[in-house]
Amino acid sequence: MGDLIAKSAFGDLLPLSEGAATLSDAEVGHLTSIAPFQGQTTATSQALRAAHGMALPAVNRATGKAFERAIWFGKDMALLVGPPPNADLARTAALTDQSDAWACVTLDGPPAEDILARLVPVDLRAAEFKRGHTVRTQIRHMNGSITRVGSDSFLIMVFRSMAITLVQDIKQAMEATAARR
Amino acid sequence: MRVDGKGLIDRLKPVRFEFDTIGYGGYSGDTVASALLANGQRLMGRSFKYHRPRGVLTAGSEEPSALVTIGRGSAQEPNVRATMQEIFDGLEVRSQNAWPSLHWDVMAINDLAWPFLGAGFYYKTFMWPPAFWEKLYEPIIRRAAGLGGLSGRSNEDTYEKAYAFCDLLIIGGGPTGLMAALVAGRAGADVILADEDALLGGRLNAETYVIDGENGSDWAAAAVAELRGLENVRLMTRTTVTGAYDQGTYAALERVTGHRAPPGRGAPLETFWRIVAKHAILAAGALERPVAFANNDRPGIMTAGAVRTYLNRYGVSPGQSVAVFGNNDDAHRTALDLVEAGVEVAGLIDSRPDAQIPGADFPVYAGAVVTGSAGRRGLQGVTVQGPRGAFRIDADCLAMSGGWNPTVHLTCHMNGRPTWREDIASFVPTPDSIPGLKAAGACNGTFGTSECFAAGYDAARTVLKELKRKAPRVDLPVGSDTDGGFGITPLWAVPGKGRAWLDFQNDVTVKDIKQAATENFRSVEHMKRYTTQGMATDQGKNSNVAALAVLADATGRGIPETGTTTFRPPYAPVAIAAMGAGGQGDGFAPQRFTTSHQVSVAMGAPMIEAGLWYRPSYFPKAGETTWRQSCDREVAYVRETVGVCDVSTLGKIDIQGPDAGAFLDFVYTNTFSTLKTGRVRYGLMLREDGHVMDDGTTARLADQHFVMTTTTAAAGNVMRHLEFVHQVLRPDLDVRFMSVTEQWAQFAVAGPRSRELLNEILDTPIDNDTWPFMACGDVTVAGVAGRLFRISFSGEHAYEIAVPARYGESLFELLVKRAESLSGGAYGMEALNVLRIEKGHITHAEIHGRTTAFDIGFARMISTKKDCIGQTMAARDGLVNPGRERLVGMKPVGAVKELTAGAHVFEKDASAIRVNDQGYVTSVAFSPTLGHFVGLGFVKRGPERFGEVMRVVDHLRDLETEVEICDPVFFDPEGGRTRG
Amino acid sequence: MRLTCPLCGARDRREFYYQGDAVAMTRPAPDAGADAWDDYVHLRDNPAGQTRDLWHHEGGCGAWVVVTRNTVTHEVLSVTLAETEARAAR
Repeated sequence: MGDLIAKSAFGDLLPLSEGAATLSDAEVGHLTSIAPFQGQTTATSQALRAAHGMALPAVNRATGKAFERAIWFGKDMALLVGPPPNADLARTAALTDQSDAWACVTLDGPPAEDILARLVPVDLRAAEFKRGHTVRTQIRHMNGSITRVGSDSFLIMVFRSMAITLVQDIKQAMEATAARR
Repeated sequence: MRVDGKGLIDRLKPVRFEFDTIGYGGYSGDTVASALLANGQRLMGRSFKYHRPRGVLTAGSEEPSALVTIGRGSAQEPNVRATMQEIFDGLEVRSQNAWPSLHWDVMAINDLAWPFLGAGFYYKTFMWPPAFWEKLYEPIIRRAAGLGGLSGRSNEDTYEKAYAFCDLLIIGGGPTGLMAALVAGRAGADVILADEDALLGGRLNAETYVIDGENGSDWAAAAVAELRGLENVRLMTRTTVTGAYDQGTYAALERVTGHRAPPGRGAPLETFWRIVAKHAILAAGALERPVAFANNDRPGIMTAGAVRTYLNRYGVSPGQSVAVFGNNDDAHRTALDLVEAGVEVAGLIDSRPDAQIPGADFPVYAGAVVTGSAGRRGLQGVTVQGPRGAFRIDADCLAMSGGWNPTVHLTCHMNGRPTWREDIASFVPTPDSIPGLKAAGACNGTFGTSECFAAGYDAARTVLKELKRKAPRVDLPVGSDTDGGFGITPLWAVPGKGRAWLDFQNDVTVKDIKQAATENFRSVEHMKRYTTQGMATDQGKNSNVAALAVLADATGRGIPETGTTTFRPPYAPVAIAAMGAGGQGDGFAPQRFTTSHQVSVAMGAPMIEAGLWYRPSYFPKAGETTWRQSCDREVAYVRETVGVCDVSTLGKIDIQGPDAGAFLDFVYTNTFSTLKTGRVRYGLMLREDGHVMDDGTTARLADQHFVMTTTTAAAGNVMRHLEFVHQVLRPDLDVRFMSVTEQWAQFAVAGPRSRELLNEILDTPIDNDTWPFMACGDVTVAGVAGRLFRISFSGEHAYEIAVPARYGESLFELLVKRAESLSGGAYGMEALNVLRIEKGHITHAEIHGRTTAFDIGFARMISTKKDCIGQTMAARDGLVNPGRERLVGMKPVGAVKELTAGAHVFEKDASAIRVNDQGYVTSVAFSPTLGHFVGLGFVKRGPERFGEVMRVVDHLRDLETEVEICDPVFFDPEGGRTRG
Repeated sequence: MRLTCPLCGARDRREFYYQGDAVAMTRPAPDAGADAWDDYVHLRDNPAGQTRDLWHHEGGCGAWVVVTRNTVTHEVLSVTLAETEARAAR
């Protein structure tokens, strides 16, 4: 019997650089959606804090830090990014493994805001969108999630099947932005 | 001709460009128009209808006449305004709408035929015979009339779209806009200042104003330098704000690289911006209007403000000897500037009898009007009617001014109507026409520079107050032109014989407007459509007000009662390519690829689109020459050995919670709360109106944990529907959803040897007792945790196996290899379709939105023991009437053996016409298993007609087949094979 | 056009899916009779003025929202979570 080989959603498309910006595979580890059942938000937040050291994030916010993060992921939902979920969380919340469901990239560099302004209909400038802020929005035609993880660094997620379109769209915006400088 | 010592061009940077293949020189900072005028080239184009020689009328984006084509091949860009196009080395410019040449244009014959080509001519002239319109008249008219042409090639330029956000958007960078930006910028507000010009400053760059003792243009440059130093201010030059939309959204077109040589990879030609602004200040200035008199369209006749722009900004005099004609004091400035620059002024003609211009050392004719002009391809002289008679003035340029129209356009984009101000004989914006937008300065009817500074300051201060920011103290600069009014006496059209142009671009004259009024097109909207006044690319910016003044006069009404036509977005032309930026080729829509995509392509599979997904049609083998051969072979895999197919595109929704079962009972017609853990059930979902929405299987993985599958096509709709039902109708139910479509790569393993194949790869083998039909559960494949479902779309003993997507490609390769070793292999969409049609399984070809559970024979699946979405409405008499078109099978029984989807069904002896229609065919396939075509479709009283022979007629493909109506399940009706 | 999602904040309308009249929130009982169901499923007013309709923030948080707006002026008067209204109505 042969072994099953894990493959990245991006093949050999990443990393790529254009001007001062770099796009790379975020390699975030486990992804687990956490959807507290009715009346269980506080209990879930406590369980998350006990197990992973951070509370459930408020709307449009992310908690935790690199390698262990909880990102607000929509109505009544957070996404645990990094570690496998502690089993206790399942007592009060629906947990769903999403580790393979999302294509996750990091866009780094000073032009990152300008690049995203070509793709995203939300104001992501630092004054409005600080480190630890997150949005569920669209990246061109794709529904996705964007989190500022550093001063010039964004974590961008779309459905895994759209990984190639994501790279194409961001690459095009990177080129257009670089060509203006 | 170039004038020494004038202009803001860079004389140290000469530029060479071509116009109609002849080389010309200019300077950095020139436009095509200014550079051609500097070279004495006044003729720049031909008019739309009469092919009259035309030069420039203006010096801005409102230019109606000097339209040119730039570039070559796929980069060819027609209808570029010569007044906006900046020159650069190597720029190729061509004139348009002239043949064989601009100088000698054959179609100028139209000009001689003008008595027959007036308003509405084609409504009257080309009526009969009717067939001639399409075949003869229209093609001829289209060839004769028109603007520049497209290259006919695919546009290879890059365009882009972008979003911007700000506290305050200032539209226009003249004195008003600059002052507003300085005030708001100093106060720390988040400001965007957008101006369509390359150079900020507006009229300050075009006039000889003195501001606080310094040149107006120097003041503007200093203001811009300060603004550039403010981090909170973004200056967007070459950016035209083209539309005002709801909730503070504005569209803007930025010309990014069109002003320089090809800029290299990825650089956009233009960017279409959506700017979201909490507040906006419209400081768009005003546009000067011409005066209508006979033959007022010759090259060399232009607005007075344009003459000053060419002189003061570009250091160009549009003529050697310039006459000035106006009805206001502002026009006088033109004569004074020209004299000061050393250009001969042939005379100042002012329609006001009391006009005075102290210290003029040129002839002044008060109470006089220009009644005509002479010069075939360029102005040579004008005829003047004065109080003491008519005379001629020799001049090669006429600067005319009928006053200024405030640029009110954006304030009308949300249904606002401008207000008439008698004192300045102009329309001004009606306040609050656009929520959050304030008009200030010349666009608001405030013309003096000092007053504009004050207006900009006031507007910014008001905005800052609403933003809760403190306005800084500013000593308002004082301009040399503080009068603010021009003493205007309206003069729209000089009476007399001959054609007097209003709309230069669409060749609409005073006569046309009067004719429209005579023919009772008295409403301004009717007049517009009858004459095409204001319908060209300049949208009547130069002409609408004068045209409606003429209409008002002709109909005996005032201007306010006559009203204006509606200004709509865009303010200036926007290429569709800019609005649709990024949408070419792969950018049209996201592409969704399964994990097996690359392997499938490598196997030679042609891919077909299924929504956004790409799926393999079939996997050709050596020696196969048609898709049918491949498809038949793949069908045989599944019927005889084992086939493997990627089914990951089906929607998969994780459903968890104490009320998950109750929730499923409410969204499905049948009951799921009773489903045992480890089992799968087929479910049917209705819309609330009783028609079928989707179908699929749902597996119970644990007591409070289900996973639902949807069809590929409806995955998004079903997710939205579940959220709707939960959030809006049943918030009482404690249940949570998450899409897991993308988490799992899932493959059908189907055929008599499917279990044999699986047992080669599963870590723990299965048998019929542990894994009977409709069982599901966790499995491991080479140590990887997966899920196994024993379900069948093909009617064979079959499974679907799922692993996390990262292992998808690897598992697909493994499964295909194993299947091939069992004499099977991969199968694609064609085979999948054949297999399901043989079994009478439905897809969205059948559940297309108008079919009910009753129609597809599933009426009994609607449980009556509980409420569910669609249950009540599905019970309506009309939806369960036996006479409805109901699902049947069809097989050919006559000489023609082929069936086509979309064909209609008729009784055997009835003629194939609409009233005899008995139904239609939805899906067809050649069944290699049965050796003939099989079809699914809907026929009135269907199940009652099994055995009846009917006609199937495809009118589109001209095909008729005799069929026998039969049970839709063609193969293994007892279903024994699935349980094998 | 922009809508202020009660969760996400002000967003471009392209993130939203338009469903239709908020009457869809008041589902009749199964035995409410043909007229009540006809009203619910099919009959819609087309007001020149204030209207209430349901939108789905599909390109955002996934919330269904009730938008009260004026069809003449395009003014958006309020956006609320449909779930909150549905709970209150129960």
